[in-house]
Amino acid sequence: MNPRRKKRLTLAVSLIAGVAIAASLLLYALNSNLNLFFTPYEIVHGKQDTGVKPEIGQRIRVGGMVTVGTLKRDPDSLHVDFEIHDSFGGAIMVTYDDLLPDLFREGQGIVAQGILIEPNRIQATEVLAKHDENYMPPEVAEAMGKGHNKLDYSEQTGEKSGKSY
Amino acid sequence: MWKWLNSYADPERSYNLAGKLLPWLACLAIALIGVGTTWGLLFAPTDYQQGESYRIIFIHVPAASMSMMAYVSMAIASFIGLVWQIKAADWAAASIAPIGAVITFIALVTGSTWGKPMWGTWWVWDARLTSELVLLFLYLGVIALYASFEDKVLAARAAGILAIVGVINVPIIKYSVDWWSSLHQPATIKITEKSSMPMEMLMPLLINIFGFGVMIATITLVRYRTEVLARNGMRPWVRALATKEVAK
Repeated sequence: MNPRRKKRLTLAVSLIAGVAIAASLLLYALNSNLNLFFTPYEIVHGKQDTGVKPEIGQRIRVGGMVTVGTLKRDPDSLHVDFEIHDSFGGAIMVTYDDLLPDLFREGQGIVAQGILIEPNRIQATEVLAKHDENYMPPEVAEAMGKGHNKLDYSEQTGEKSGKSY
Repeated sequence: MWKWLNSYADPERSYNLAGKLLPWLACLAIALIGVGTTWGLLFAPTDYQQGESYRIIFIHVPAASMSMMAYVSMAIASFIGLVWQIKAADWAAASIAPIGAVITFIALVTGSTWGKPMWGTWWVWDARLTSELVLLFLYLGVIALYASFEDKVLAARAAGILAIVGVINVPIIKYSVDWWSSLHQPATIKITEKSSMPMEMLMPLLINIFGFGVMIATITLVRYRTEVLARNGMRPWVRALATKEVAK
């Protein structure tokens, strides 16, 4: 390799290395800010690395699994209450007054955006369903006991509204 | 080996070689994408959670993964062009850029239309979506830089530096879903362990990913040939080619 090429090669390689180092430092510094959401545990106990806790009145996103059996619907409006939890044992109540996404069901991962109104309650303005990386035909899912049946809202709410009449 | 490779850096030889490869690659791309898409959209089983909507994966994932592959290819071509000053490599990089931009755009649009019914939103500023958007801007930057200089040697150098610098974004896109909490799900196709997808879904997906790769290669060759002609307009062999075309 002639010296001119060698020089250009060193320059190009050091350019890549320099940018890589700069980018990794930048991402390292921004690390926790690049997370889309808080987990319920982090809201209750603070972030693991910095201990930062969201304050009441702060607009935040929280992500976790909808706890099975906690979904409560108001029979006369869109108002819903449910609890979300994470694997570290944190739990947060979510209040929401709008249409839930199609994929929303108990046991499903969700991301809710809203205002923290109590230390462990969030008034959501947006609820997004998170789906995982697993795909399988319905028969297989059933055989594996993973039948994520959609909640039958019509039956549930119909029964309740029937009582209120 | 180097001598043999170098001979293809000659514009005329690479032009002819590209012309010879073109029909084969085009047929392969059409066959693969035809089979993969038909199989994926019509015959693959539905998903237990997402129903029929998940089928957009057969376009979204090939487009997204190949947008990164195209970028890496472009960066490698720019690197060769910059270090060894092989003009053919610069032209190759310049011809990949617009294709990569379109593929990235397809990945973003299909992802967005998938996100609306499944997540409940068209767009969210999470790490994966944002870094893929940055990839689109990098492509647009490379295209713009290459187009904005009259002197194409200078243009290729400027665009090449941006392409090489931007390559750092590719691992960020790839690992964004593992490093940070995001709305986007982690990778389904895993190289080291079993993919979290049954074979009858995975096969058409892999065929389509490969098909998209071949398609990008095909369109790159078409664009590369025109780029060679445009840059060598004054050369005798191009003139001879032109007079032959006119005489036809």
